[in-house]
Amino acid sequence: MRQFAQLFRRLDQTTKINLKVGALHEFFAEASDEDKLWAIALLAGKRPKRTVRTSLLREWGAEVANIPLWLFEDSYHVVGDLAETIANLHPQNHSTQQENLTYWITFIRNLDGKEDDEKKELILTTWDSMDASERFVFNKLITGGFRVGVSQKLMVRALARYTGLEENLLAHRLMGNWSPVDTSFNDLVLAENPDDNRSRPYPFYLAYALEEAPENLGVPEEWQAERKWDGIRGQVIQRGGELFVWSRGEELVTDKFPEFEILRQLLPDGTVLDGEILPYKDGAPLAFNDLQTRIGRKNVTRNVLQKAPVVLVAYDLLEADGQDLRHQPMRYRREKLEQLVAEVKGKTDVLHLSEVLSFKDWSQLVAERARSREMHCEGLMLKRKDSIYEVGRKKGAWWKWKVDPLMIDAVMIYAMRGHGRRANLYTDYTFAVWDGEALVPFTKAYSGLTDKEIREVDAFVKKNTIDRFGPVRSVNPELVFEIAFEGINRSTRHKSGVALRFPRMNRWRLDKPAAEANTLSDLHQLLNEYGG
Amino acid sequence: MALLEFTESGIYCPIADIYIDPWRPVERALITHGHSDHARPGHQHYACHHDSVNILRFRLGQEISVTGYGYGETFLHRGVRFSFHPAGHIIGSAQIRVEYQGEVWVASGDYKLEDDGLAPAYEPVKCHAFITECTFGLPVYKWPDPATVHQEINQWWENNRKAGKVSILSGYSLGKAQRLLHHLDASIGPVFTHGAIENMNEVLRESGVVLPDTRRVTADINKKEYKGGLVLAPPSAIGSAWQKKFQPFSEGIASGWMALRGARRRRSVDRGFILSDHVDWPGVNTAIRETGAQKIITTHGYTSIFTKWLLEQGYQASAESTQFEGELNEMSEADNSEKAA
Repeated sequence: MRQFAQLFRRLDQTTKINLKVGALHEFFAEASDEDKLWAIALLAGKRPKRTVRTSLLREWGAEVANIPLWLFEDSYHVVGDLAETIANLHPQNHSTQQENLTYWITFIRNLDGKEDDEKKELILTTWDSMDASERFVFNKLITGGFRVGVSQKLMVRALARYTGLEENLLAHRLMGNWSPVDTSFNDLVLAENPDDNRSRPYPFYLAYALEEAPENLGVPEEWQAERKWDGIRGQVIQRGGELFVWSRGEELVTDKFPEFEILRQLLPDGTVLDGEILPYKDGAPLAFNDLQTRIGRKNVTRNVLQKAPVVLVAYDLLEADGQDLRHQPMRYRREKLEQLVAEVKGKTDVLHLSEVLSFKDWSQLVAERARSREMHCEGLMLKRKDSIYEVGRKKGAWWKWKVDPLMIDAVMIYAMRGHGRRANLYTDYTFAVWDGEALVPFTKAYSGLTDKEIREVDAFVKKNTIDRFGPVRSVNPELVFEIAFEGINRSTRHKSGVALRFPRMNRWRLDKPAAEANTLSDLHQLLNEYGG
Repeated sequence: MALLEFTESGIYCPIADIYIDPWRPVERALITHGHSDHARPGHQHYACHHDSVNILRFRLGQEISVTGYGYGETFLHRGVRFSFHPAGHIIGSAQIRVEYQGEVWVASGDYKLEDDGLAPAYEPVKCHAFITECTFGLPVYKWPDPATVHQEINQWWENNRKAGKVSILSGYSLGKAQRLLHHLDASIGPVFTHGAIENMNEVLRESGVVLPDTRRVTADINKKEYKGGLVLAPPSAIGSAWQKKFQPFSEGIASGWMALRGARRRRSVDRGFILSDHVDWPGVNTAIRETGAQKIITTHGYTSIFTKWLLEQGYQASAESTQFEGELNEMSEADNSEKAA
């Protein structure tokens, strides 16, 4: 544990990529294979099942710190991290334990099913045996969320340096739903023919946003344009007669989309499609909101299937006949994809082809992009016809060219402290628009301000608090922000009657007094124009 | 009538018609210490500890009318007895004791209990009412042993030197910078200072404070000379173009805020050292206990939380809003005290 706690501290202490890779490399060189594997899993966001409720951890944390629970809670709101709050409040700061990371993870897994009293005794004893940094990491293992500024890319780079293997190969090996519990460092990372996990998806190729004019990309003939569908990016895999559906977040979601079951029979063995899972009915896409409601449900009921059925709009073919096609040019993969979809067509409605938009010059695309909202799309995708399918986010060959966001000027009325690196600062705001004399809240937003602006708003909040409800402060309604968002939908859950997609602060309207912010009827007009 | 009250201009003694650390211009102001949120311009007469006199003149103007007193020395004004007592915050910092007809109040300004080796150590003063900051008045703030922190800083410097890097260490220019300087291991390499800090060093040296040798960063120093050295800089210099000449470098901040991971990550420097000139949670509770006071008034910091805690502990506690900032300016891009300097 000391090794891993030290790794964590070193990763946390620096923002420099080289130092992070160096720290990881050293850890890989020193740690046991089982610890290596767990470290990779944790940094990739996989964590052991939670075996202790956080409400219990809070109670015990307050108890060992000998403070009332309310003071513990208030401290937590300032620290912004439960694991750290408990670690700091504990009076002991001297380590007597010698166990490694795997030992403690097994320890946490074994708490499952035990009575609360027994869990408490085991955890309190453990806290006593650790110094603050080990205790923090131990608590993190229970509560999850190791955000330490290590991207998958960076971890893969360190692993490549350590193993001598190629980065792309390693990135692929680390995909999918492996767990340190049922594999080993050797089988997963080093083995030449890793027992070919049939379900394993390919790392997604991600596009950057196009910031400049498309004319700068060169001649139109070299580019393929498609719509940027507003659904969930996913890979559909048929291997060995089994079907797997992966979301971009590397979540296996096969069960969530029973509509695709038919593809198990229709797709040839050894097929991997990249595409958009899209709610689609009566020949047209539905709003993203419909899909979101569906994903939120635990069970996919018949009612849900009727209300928001999905299709796969395929835009790439990554594997055919068991052959990895990622190094073939786009135009070749596209041709194979069109053939495949044509073969399946007529046998099912769930597989669509992402239409290629024909254009002779860039100005035609400008017009297509302007139609995005009515098509329930986010904009356009531009892909070089000779592009290979890269690993991760790469500049150059693929671009997303999103439609301009919708905007509304709103008044900040509530503020809450943020978490992580924004802990102890008021960074999470609620915004309202005017309805006559009243302000009606309609959205929250957290992002878009610079650090400097955040500090200024934070100071404003502290000086202009009207009332406090737990961690939330209501403030004098004075500050106006331009809120940008990608879409707007009717909602019965919100007082305002609308729900926004991707709301963020586009800019601080220092030039506008609160009285000049937009109104609820302005918002409803946007809803009527663009809403689903 | 209370011996001290909180008015729009500051902490006020109506019997003596004297203010303590007022933020609006007044006739007579007693000043606890030289930080800009406590020592503000525009008053007709200032009184403070001897060691703060030159600091005030430097920051507020040579022409101000200021009287210096020693620790424990008393003076009477309209029957009210005033005296200054060590607060341990920075050089020249003082708690102000106010006594009238047997009733004693203490306004502590900013203070810390640890002896930092430079400012005279904090002394508890018995009183009936105690006015306290609570900049770090939450139980998550517990300072590590400063000796260990100074070792860490020197170790970091040494490692940077070996790696061929310049170390840039930030702390505000009055107080923290000199405290850091006092504990740096000069055998590791040369110490350079940002102009704002060196100006303050000069003021203090002239007042008789003994500080290790430093060299002001100027345009005519050859870049190579910085190699392996340590540069003391105010927080406002971190992330500015001024730093470029030190490349390659590693940056560190010494502040109480560094106790929390969120604040460390937000500053995104290479190292955060937990070192504060304010009391931590155990410290503020000890200090209050040792005054013997029943009435506690909390000013800047986590006032509402800390006041609730004190009420639960049986104190007669209340919070007053002031314009004191505590260590806030250490975290902001534009350091207010630097602007004033």
